[in-house]
Amino acid sequence: MKSSLLTLGDPLGPKGRRRVLVASVVSAAAIVAVVAVAIRRLDENGQLDESKWRPLTQWAVFKFFLGGLGNTVKAALTAMAIALVVGGVMALARLARGWPQRWLAGLYVEFFRGLPLYLLILFSWLGLPKLGVDLDVFWYLVLALAVYNSAILAEIFRAGILSLDRGQGEAASAVGLRYWQAMGLVILPQAIRRMVPAIVSQLVTLLKDTSLGILLAYEELLRRARISSEFFQNPVHSFALVAVIYIAVNMTLSYVATRLEARQRRRYKAGAIQVGGLEDLAVTQATASARPAPVARPVSA
Amino acid sequence: MDVVFDNLDLFLEGMRTTVLLTLLGFAGAFVIGIVVAAFRTSPVPPLRAVGTFYVATVRNTPLAVLFVLFFFGLPDVGILYSRFTSAVIVLAAYTGAFVAETIRSGINAVATGQGEAARAIGLTFPQLMRIVVLPQAIRTVVAPLGSIFIALIKNSALAALISVADLAETAERLINETAQPLPIFLGAAVAYLLLTIPSGFAVGWIERKVAIKR
Repeated sequence: MKSSLLTLGDPLGPKGRRRVLVASVVSAAAIVAVVAVAIRRLDENGQLDESKWRPLTQWAVFKFFLGGLGNTVKAALTAMAIALVVGGVMALARLARGWPQRWLAGLYVEFFRGLPLYLLILFSWLGLPKLGVDLDVFWYLVLALAVYNSAILAEIFRAGILSLDRGQGEAASAVGLRYWQAMGLVILPQAIRRMVPAIVSQLVTLLKDTSLGILLAYEELLRRARISSEFFQNPVHSFALVAVIYIAVNMTLSYVATRLEARQRRRYKAGAIQVGGLEDLAVTQATASARPAPVARPVSA
Repeated sequence: MDVVFDNLDLFLEGMRTTVLLTLLGFAGAFVIGIVVAAFRTSPVPPLRAVGTFYVATVRNTPLAVLFVLFFFGLPDVGILYSRFTSAVIVLAAYTGAFVAETIRSGINAVATGQGEAARAIGLTFPQLMRIVVLPQAIRTVVAPLGSIFIALIKNSALAALISVADLAETAERLINETAQPLPIFLGAAVAYLLLTIPSGFAVGWIERKVAIKR
């Protein structure tokens, strides 16, 4: 792996190489020392005792965790499916010709995008029952996740559509396509391809956010870890296992997103819109403003 | 809406805590981000490995997991901080990984030709960094850093998981105590939007200020 600072500076001479070697040895020793201190610390506090980690190797306990992961994935995928539909509608409404749709969709997106997901889950879980809404605990979580992510996805869709050259829409109307024909046949098929990596990385974020289910009585992965940690008195091990599971799943998904992006760059010679990479972040507005070409609306329907 | 105005002082106090969490968390994240980005771009392989490991693990772990691991797990190994301090540390550690990635990509975004040209006219490496590379890198980094800041405002709500009395926790308490969840939710929402939306405008303003006019 070549770092950019190396390519910016001169190639290292014999003296520089020696210095890098010394720094490598010293830093490696420091890393080993830190790890050793951490292990000793764990040992001194009885965290390496068999009673702490042994339960996690039992199939029944591990199955309990896997079931939690299954519940996490179920909630995340359901919320994603709803958010994709609602987000798509909101994006189209925001790009529509009539001002009432544009205005309403804009209000929806800007309102929910600016709020912490935590607050939405709080309202859904504690507030809705007091307002007479009676749902299964699964739906309180999914509802909050779906509303929040639909606002984020609406921005991703909008950025994807706006990233197309305006000539695409103009050409479509020049050959006589109506607005919805142009959208469905010309603009969306191209825009959606560009959005796929951003959508996958939003799915990673959504999967991570599902861990807020620990607030509710919904038994997703983190809540099950909490239950298990209270039973076996091993919070460090239980939560570390959750972290490891999340890292494995998310890195796989991110790898898929990178491959998808590379594949489409090869096939369609068009890059993805730059929304992915910085998950968690509502970065889309920067992208949308950076590409000012608006989708050309057919002159008359 | 009376519930909100009757408890306005609680909301303001919560807002103050949220702002404090965000500012302290961002300051910490900035320091961590610079150090980790320096590690990841350094010519020393062990340091690069540490930087890569940090970014990969922290970015792929949910913030809620970091919160419970830090607050419910680490006391078992004798690491014990107050709720507020714990929240600041966790937010800084999490956000730091994103800041590091942003800074690194900012440095990478500077064309290689810039470095070559700087070397050709005889600048030393520190000069090259200070005069040529960093001024350009910082400009490209403003917008994503702003997004990270806004995301941090929203993420700071997770401090309520460990009962730090921020805006979200205030809303949680009031929703539990009263029978009017909707006004309280809207009050808290407006309070958050009062923080996030102006921050968005401020970031846009700074971005325009530092933009390179061609």
